[in-house]
Amino acid sequence: MRAAVIVLVIFGIAIAVAGFMLGIQVPTEEQRVDPGTIANEPEWAAPAAGEPDLRVQELAPGSKYVVHIVAQMWLFSPNQIPIPDSGIEIPVGSEVTFYVTSRDVQHGFKLQNTNINFMAIPGEVSTLTTTFKEPGKYDFICTEYCGTGHAAMYGSITITE
Amino acid sequence: MVTQTTRTPVYEISKADKKFIGWHIFFAVTALTIGSLFGPLQALQQAGIDLYPKLDFLFIHMNDGVAAYYQGLTLHGVLNALIWTTFFITGFTTLAVIRGLKRDLAVPILNRIGFWTMVVGLVVAAIPLLGDKASVLFTFYPPLRADSLFYLGLVLVVVGSWIEGYGFFITLYRWRKENAGERTPLIVMAVVLNMVMWQIATVGIATEILGLILPWAFSITSGIDPQLSRTFFWFTGHPLVYFWLLPAYASWYTMLPRQAGGKLFSDALGRLAFWLFLLLSVPLGFHHQFVDPGVPSGWKFVHSILTLGVFFPSLLTFFTVIASLEYAARQRGGKGLLAWVRALPWSNPSVTAQLLAGILFMFGGISGLANASYSVNLVLHNTTWVPGHFHLTVASAVTLSFFGISYWMVPHLTGKPLWRPKLALASSWIYFSGMLIFSNAMHTLGLLGAPRRTPLGLAPYVPDAWNGHLIRVAIGGSIMWIGLMLYVVVVAVTAWQRKRLPEGEVVDVPLAESLDDPNNEPWWLDRWKPWLIAVAVLIIIAYGPQLLDQIFGIQLTSPGYVPTSPIPVG
Repeated sequence: MRAAVIVLVIFGIAIAVAGFMLGIQVPTEEQRVDPGTIANEPEWAAPAAGEPDLRVQELAPGSKYVVHIVAQMWLFSPNQIPIPDSGIEIPVGSEVTFYVTSRDVQHGFKLQNTNINFMAIPGEVSTLTTTFKEPGKYDFICTEYCGTGHAAMYGSITITE
Repeated sequence: MVTQTTRTPVYEISKADKKFIGWHIFFAVTALTIGSLFGPLQALQQAGIDLYPKLDFLFIHMNDGVAAYYQGLTLHGVLNALIWTTFFITGFTTLAVIRGLKRDLAVPILNRIGFWTMVVGLVVAAIPLLGDKASVLFTFYPPLRADSLFYLGLVLVVVGSWIEGYGFFITLYRWRKENAGERTPLIVMAVVLNMVMWQIATVGIATEILGLILPWAFSITSGIDPQLSRTFFWFTGHPLVYFWLLPAYASWYTMLPRQAGGKLFSDALGRLAFWLFLLLSVPLGFHHQFVDPGVPSGWKFVHSILTLGVFFPSLLTFFTVIASLEYAARQRGGKGLLAWVRALPWSNPSVTAQLLAGILFMFGGISGLANASYSVNLVLHNTTWVPGHFHLTVASAVTLSFFGISYWMVPHLTGKPLWRPKLALASSWIYFSGMLIFSNAMHTLGLLGAPRRTPLGLAPYVPDAWNGHLIRVAIGGSIMWIGLMLYVVVVAVTAWQRKRLPEGEVVDVPLAESLDDPNNEPWWLDRWKPWLIAVAVLIIIAYGPQLLDQIFGIQLTSPGYVPTSPIPVG
């Protein structure tokens, strides 16, 4: 009995350490938005001609970036393939925070080969941060059924040397 | 002898009740047959073999492979995961209550009303499903919008199962009055406890449909809150898994030991496990919402711990069932540390189906632990790992156990011998082999990042590394279907053949005795009130604050969308 309790305590501590101290993050409450108008806000909308693209912001040159992506039936904006992308170029080693929301139904957002994986739910903003350690092309794909065009919904982001 | 027959049954279930139970099994197997047709179609689609256009006579959307894929996927989920299970479980529960208590149902008309309400619900939901007006998958996440008949049908199925539940509750209550001082038989406690848990769990989905979806579908509210809908859905969604699983456990505890030639190792451990399932099945739904933006990470962590907690009664079950099987095998002359396994009656199709169910469930339990853990879930969430996991649980542990139960239950209900026992045996082995290939490929693909619910044969982003596994999905899925069809043929011919068991012989319900005496167990293993109070307290703690937070922050801003158009409806 005593051994059982000790084992339980050890496992409990192990889980708590894994959960809070090793930098493991799961999405948490960010903000609520109006799915009907969110895509028109400056940091979510495609810029008018000659205006800067606020969807990708450089917080610290070469090391810290913020990316906003809107999911909708059936494309991501920006950077849906094969639609010409926003020209996002992020150098390797950067810490990038992704903000994703949906303007219609529920979508998923999984950035392959990183720890970014969450729902895009209308009315909510999902966010997680990752550091890119390897250069290359990273696909992000829709992982929740969102209607008949679901299978083609994906984009990519290029991490440069 | 393949199925145990006896000349002097301990208690004979009335003809009318046998027929009533038989109707449950009829609808269950019919749903499974139709729902499973789509399994190999989906699996082949993953490998790029699109058979939907060739089967366009089956579908409303001619030649539209994607629409047909999702219509089929919705039917596959609804018919297999919701209808096959619910109908089989309520039928099995009816049989277990009557036979376990050796008593008729207290208010038979209540059970009849409940059952036929479920049937009406099934028909009502089938209309939009077959008409491609409800291709929203079995989770029907708003703001995807199905025809309102779909939601009404689901409500009727759930309400019908509640009414059948009340029939069981009243019957057990009466029996306890009539038999004061006697311990409720474990089999009855297990199946009735399952219906009680279901009653509590379905409050979530009932609130979602009645409170949020129907007002929105009928345009009483202008929009819906998708995040709150998800929270209500998963309040029901995870205990739903235990609603499927506990009847299989009931069979493993209270029947399989006898079928294997032995006794239940410990009645008390069995009871404790079931009470813990009642306590822990509901307050852990947030582990399905690890990637939801609207749920704070702290609550996700709490539910993660509770989910690991519910693993404990599963491990108790693992221990007790294996101990019972070992006892049985040694009674049959089995020797050695592990070699006793060979002494189990592997020639009995009912036993073999359940043993194979148990083997697959070990893998399913392990992959489920990965799903539940706070730290690993993000790697797997929304990938094919998830359907890989639940095919090992609901489609293996539960479905294969129900195959095994059917192999004695259909002869018991009809008075006819099992048709072609060897074929019955083969069905389980074939299904098992297909499942090993299929589930391994699905789990591997999940680790590689392949999304679930996606016709990957059409997806533009599939890397070469996935292709070999996608082919294994197709092969495994097709083999499973062959095994499943053999099961359907065996039970259908058994029920409809002209041949009957020899005069005076019946296939009895294989109820196992226990090595320990239930009457010596502590009182709290046979009392409902303390456990029900504990359940209520734990649910209020685990769900109360966050649920209130979400309800007060409700935001009815999402109009509905049909799956074929980005333009909102209404």
